[in-house]
Formats: sequence, C-alpha cells, structure tokens
Amino acid sequence: MIRRLLTRLGASALVLWGAVTVSFTALHLTPGNVVDVLIGSSIVTPEVRAQIIADYGLDRPLPVQYVTYLGRVVRGDLGQSYQLHEPVVTAIGAQLGPSLQLAGSALLVAVTVSVTLAVLTARRSRWIQVVELVGVSIPTFWTAILLLTVFSFQLGWFPAVGADGFAGLVLPVIAVSIPITTLLTQMMRENLELVLEEPFVLTARSRGLSDLGVRLRHALRHVLVPAVTLLGWVIGLLVGAMVAVEQIFSRQGLGQLTLSAVTGKDLPVVMGVVLFTAVLYVVVNIVVDLLYLVIDPRLRSAA
Amino acid sequence: MSVPVVEVTDLRVSFPAVDAVRGVSFAVHPGECVAIVGESGSGKSVTARTLLGLTGEEATVTAGRLAVDGVDASTFNERQWRSIRGRRIGYVLQDALVSLDALRPVGKEIAEALRLPWRRARRRVVELLDEVGVPEPEVRARQYPHELSGGLRQRALIASAIACGPKLLIADEPTTALDVTVQAQILRLLAERKRGGQALLLISHDLAVVAELADRILVMKDGVVVEDGPAGQVLGAPEHPYTKTLLAAIPGPGSRSTRPGEVVIRATDLVKTFGRRTAVDGVSFELRAGQTLGVVGESGSGKTTTARLVLGLLKPDRGSVEVDRRQVQVVYQDPLSSFDPRFTVRRILDEALEVGGTPRRERGRRSVELLAQVGLDAGVLDRRPLKLSGGQRQRVAIARALAPRPRVIVCDEPVSALDVSIQAQVLDLLTGLQAELGVAYLFISHHLGVVHHVSDHVLVLKDGRAVESGDAHRIFTAPSDPYTRELLAAVPGGHYDQADPSRRALPGREQHDRLVRPPVG
Repeated sequence: MIRRLLTRLGASALVLWGAVTVSFTALHLTPGNVVDVLIGSSIVTPEVRAQIIADYGLDRPLPVQYVTYLGRVVRGDLGQSYQLHEPVVTAIGAQLGPSLQLAGSALLVAVTVSVTLAVLTARRSRWIQVVELVGVSIPTFWTAILLLTVFSFQLGWFPAVGADGFAGLVLPVIAVSIPITTLLTQMMRENLELVLEEPFVLTARSRGLSDLGVRLRHALRHVLVPAVTLLGWVIGLLVGAMVAVEQIFSRQGLGQLTLSAVTGKDLPVVMGVVLFTAVLYVVVNIVVDLLYLVIDPRLRSAA
Repeated sequence: MSVPVVEVTDLRVSFPAVDAVRGVSFAVHPGECVAIVGESGSGKSVTARTLLGLTGEEATVTAGRLAVDGVDASTFNERQWRSIRGRRIGYVLQDALVSLDALRPVGKEIAEALRLPWRRARRRVVELLDEVGVPEPEVRARQYPHELSGGLRQRALIASAIACGPKLLIADEPTTALDVTVQAQILRLLAERKRGGQALLLISHDLAVVAELADRILVMKDGVVVEDGPAGQVLGAPEHPYTKTLLAAIPGPGSRSTRPGEVVIRATDLVKTFGRRTAVDGVSFELRAGQTLGVVGESGSGKTTTARLVLGLLKPDRGSVEVDRRQVQVVYQDPLSSFDPRFTVRRILDEALEVGGTPRRERGRRSVELLAQVGLDAGVLDRRPLKLSGGQRQRVAIARALAPRPRVIVCDEPVSALDVSIQAQVLDLLTGLQAELGVAYLFISHHLGVVHHVSDHVLVLKDGRAVESGDAHRIFTAPSDPYTRELLAAVPGGHYDQADPSRRALPGREQHDRLVRPPVG
C-alpha cells in the first residue's frame, strides 16, 4: 500500500519534471532571441533586459540555464510577466478564485444531476438517451451563446457580464456542466443497466430490498469506479472549456488569463499555465487512484 | 399434513418472446424438500422466482392458486411481495461470488436482510454465520466475498437467506459452482436445515445433487412438468423418456481404447511458486498422441497452473516441459469470456485459421468444414457468441482450437459451465474428434465423473503435489491414496461410494445407483 503510493508519487514527479522540461524547450525553440520571446509585445528598459538575462542565466551554457530554471520552478517561482508587470504566480493566483468557483460549481451540479438521472432512469426510460445525445453533441460555446441570448438579453433574468455573486454564476455553470452531466449520465446509466442484470442484485431484492434501495445501496457503488475515472479526465479538460466560457460571459479567470497571454505572446504566463495544468492533472490522478481503493475493496488487496 | 409453505396450481408465466412456464403445480410442506430438475430454459428458475414475485415486469403470471403460508399471493403488489421476500421465503443463488455484492463485507449483506439497528444486527450476523458452520464468524463478517473460499461464501449467502427465519428456503443451483468436497458440505448443511424443520425448494440441472436431499422430484422440460413423484420413484423407476435421458447423461466411466502413440508432452518435476505459496510442487507426467490425461483436483490444487506451465504462459521455477507449443491449442471453461463479443463466428474461425497459416481463399471452406466437425451447420457463421447457446459456444471454441490442426488440446474445465445433457454431448464430441483426428487431450477438471468419462490416464493433484497417478480405470475403481478416496466419496449421487451405509438409507438409493452408472461399453 505504502509502496504503491510511493511509486505513484515518484511517477507524478516524473510527469511534472517532463512538463517543466517541455516548457523550457518551448522557450528555446520559439524563433527569436530568448529575451525578446520572454518580453513579448511589451517594451522594457535596458535594465530590465539585463535583469532577465541574469534571472534566466541566459549568458551561461544551456545545461546551466536548464538547471537554473528547474531550480526556480521547484521553489515555486514561475518568473515574471513583463506585460502584466507582476509575477506569474501572482497573476495565476489572482485568476484562480473565479475559475475554481465556476469549475467547482459546474462539477457539483454535474455529479448531482447525473447520479440522480442515472439512478432514476436506468432500465426505466428511453427518452433519457435522446437527452444524453443532444447534451453531448452541443458544443459548450454554442450553449453559452444561446443561454446568454435567451436569459440575459431577451428575458433579462441573469446578468450578461461579470462574475459577481450567485446570479452571475448561473448561466456559465449551466453551460459548462451540460456536456459533463450528459456524458456522466450516459456512462453511469449504461453501466448501471449492466450491473442491475447481475445476480447479486436479484439476491438483494430477494431479501426484500426495494428497487430504489438496490440501486442506491448496491448498484450505484459498482459504477463509481468508471465514473471517477471519467470525472478525473473531465477535470483536465475543464481548463480548455474555461477559455471559451469565460470569454463569452466576460468573466475573470484562468481561461481569460490564458487567452490574453497566448494572443499577447506573454510566454512566461503561458508556461506558468501549462505547469499549473500539469500539477492539476497529477493531483487529480492521485486522488482518482486513491478513490478507487476507497470504492473497491478488491483493489485494496491487489495494492 | 400441515398447511403447505407454498402451494401452486396451474402456474403459467409468459414473457413477450416465450411461454416459460406452462401449467406447473406443486406444494412444499414444512420439513419437506421438493426438487425441480431440468436443463436451462426449462422454466425451473422462473418458477422459483415467481414464488418471490421476482419474475420481472415483462412477465405475465397467472395461476389457479398461488399461496404463500396459506395466504393468497396471486394479487400481491410489490410492497406485499417485499414483506414475503427474506421473511417467509429465502432465496439462495448459484455462485456466491457473483450473488453477493463484491463491494460490501458479507456481514453487511447478511445484516441488510435483518432490518435491525446495526449493533443488534451485528450480534445476530455472527450467530447466523456460526449457525451455517462458518469458523471465526466475527472475523468473517468483516471480510469481503473475494476474501472467502467458495464454500464459506456459499455459507454466507445461505446465512443471508435464512437471516429472518423464512419457512421456505429456495436454493437455485446452490452447489453448481463448487468443488465436489465443498458441494458435499453444502448439501449436508441444507440437509441439517431440513431436519430442523425448514422447507426446501431445490432447483438444479443435476439429478445426482438432488438425489441426496429431495423427498419429491419434479422434472421440467420446456415449461412443463414431465414427471412428478416421490424421489425414489423418479430416480428408481422413471416413466418419462426425458427423465431417463437426464439420468443416463450423468457423466461416469466410459469405454476407452488404448492406442499408445509417441510422447507429445513430457513434464518433468515441475515446480512453480507464487510468493510464499507453492502452486505446483514436483509434478511429472507424460501425454502420448491420441490419448487423454485427466488432471483432477479441487480449486487451488495446481491444475490450472500446471496447464499454464504446459502452455508456456508461466515459466517453471524448476523442472521442464518438453512440448512443441505450435502444436498446442486450448479450450477454456467459459468460451464467452475467451471470445471477443463483437466477432462473428466467421471472424473467430478466420482469425484462428490465419494464425494456423491457412491461405485466405481456403479459410471459408475450412471454416464450414470445422463447424461440420463439431456438429454445427454453416448457419451460425454470422452469429456472435452472445447469440449462441452454451453448448454451441463450446463447440465453436473447439472448432477454433482445431483450426491450426494441433496435436494437443489443453481442455481447462471444458464442460463445467454446461448442463448435464449438453455436457455429455460435448464430451462425446471430444472423444469422437480424438478417434477421428488423433489429437491428445490434457483434460483438467474438478469433476471426477467427467474425467473418468474421457481419460486414459489420471493425475490427482492436491496442494500442488501429485498424490496419485496412473491408469484411469484403476484409479477410479481402486484408488490407493486416501485423498483420492475422499474425492470419490464426495461425488454426489454416490456412484463411487458404496461403503457409506448412511447414504444407503435414502429412498431409491439402490435403483438410483444402478441407473446413474451408465452401462459399460
């Protein structure tokens, strides 16, 4: 068990090291002088240029530069954004809150709704399949525009702009959670339908358990392993979804930050976001792995 | 006699596609054991589930009378049925590994039936486990199904079914998935329950299992009871031809001709350990062309490990196997899990022929030829494994094994998942193919009757060691090792066991023995 955890952490460290290396390589493969690449489209004084050369060790051999960079990342220093005039860590930190709020709420809604739908509809109704198909097929940005047009511009129920308070959160959360909810519902419902065919379900019913009781107490747990896998995968994709949704709803957040950094060629921020995403992936995967052990005792003895 | 625990007259159950039960009548009284015997699809399990109201929404159930404990149940709604389930009627299914929730400790499963506060329930769970003969019940209650042996799991499942003290216990194939010795223990446990006044309804495809316990036997075929009477009469003097077929189909010694050929497998002093456990410990044997070596033992005896060593799927720690692996094919217990469910039979065979080096343009013709060899017609070519019956599937598995023209086929429990009459057909097919093609079989099974039916030589394994080996006929008639004797004695129906006087006391024992033993020749 301990050994498995250690291997897992070791592998995670390797993944992160890979991500750091990739971002370092990207920096040096981008055409042009490294200093210019780091500065991007902003204009700086010669003193700042000298500072950059010193910070990144650009006057020294490449291996030394690599080690210097690695050392800074390990200390949590992701460099300076010369366009935003603040450290990358501060920039990401400032945008993290609204994004986490949106992503967290969307996941909560998705999990609650999909579990309810899957438990209630498995082997009972056919219409849910149509709903699932529609939900999975509609692109998030289109849902977002549609929601905005109907509920903000025409009905005026929700604000069209900003991230203030609960009202501003409703439409973005719906837009982000629709594809996740439908995907999860479809997967859990189909798995539940298979599980409900299993002999232990019949046995549980022969003890006098109600149909709903069997679904909640027995069958649901059996679909949690694939559901958690899918959810972990979805969390990784959320960073991408944020870009479109935050832009459409004019919300602050990591998506907006990424978008402006990419369009403004603010490479330190782009590299910072790449590393942040890698850390997120690794953490989510470790959590998913631990959840497997909580859900399925058979995996515990294998561990 | 007292009020019957269940009473059914003219029961009919139909599904949209099939009339599963067509006019079945019976009653079970306290302390009585009624058995319903038939092949899969005969309607026996559907009949049992009707007594619990668990036939499903698609089923239409009608009955002249359907009474539980003297109360008319024909108009019960779901809520009323739920008050019957577990309380009045307990239900035990075939394989506890899949009939118990794998993600919950067995104690929780048993407690679920009790509907008591957890603290009181836990005490009762321990009592129940103790009652069904589970050692260290406190420890076992906290364990998960996969941590228990097959026998303990089945006992735990029975404990969960009797938790609320139901008057009737329905056991649907309660021992089919178990080794012979464990099977005997479970049957003994059921017999004890019966002596304690419990009414039993036993559902099985195996007349030999039923013979131990039943007071009354109903033989079902295609939804109809073809024979119904006291156990002794049904086993001893069956009237219906189908009952006679069932009795004759119970595998037992067959006639074997011995034509020794060259050695195709020579295993010398094989040793294989997994961690601290020694799975195979110094096993040696020879298999000659055109012959069958039966490997017998309970689960965990090293049978499957031996097969894997022969197939080269595992490397022995010591010892050696001399075999030309290009000439070896395998047939597994459950072909469904060894087939890709998306492949049609055509593609399954095509792939096997390709591996065997058959040119593309000849594969179609060879596929049809292979199917003919295993007694299937070309009509199944475009079907997928799920659409085939168990027997057909196993025939396709055999055809696939034959495709590259092997000299040896390793058969790992090839008929254990099949009904008796289908078992007999598949075994006959295997013997026929051997006579025709001269293939050798390494035949692995926990079922002694089956091994006796097909083997020239037998190797008896226990805890990884060969306790006895030699000529099949000698081992089955005059076993020298005590463990072999124990295995033979545990075979239900007792046709290897003539020394145990307690079994003789059962009605119809003698006649049954005579019938169960197929004529030699």
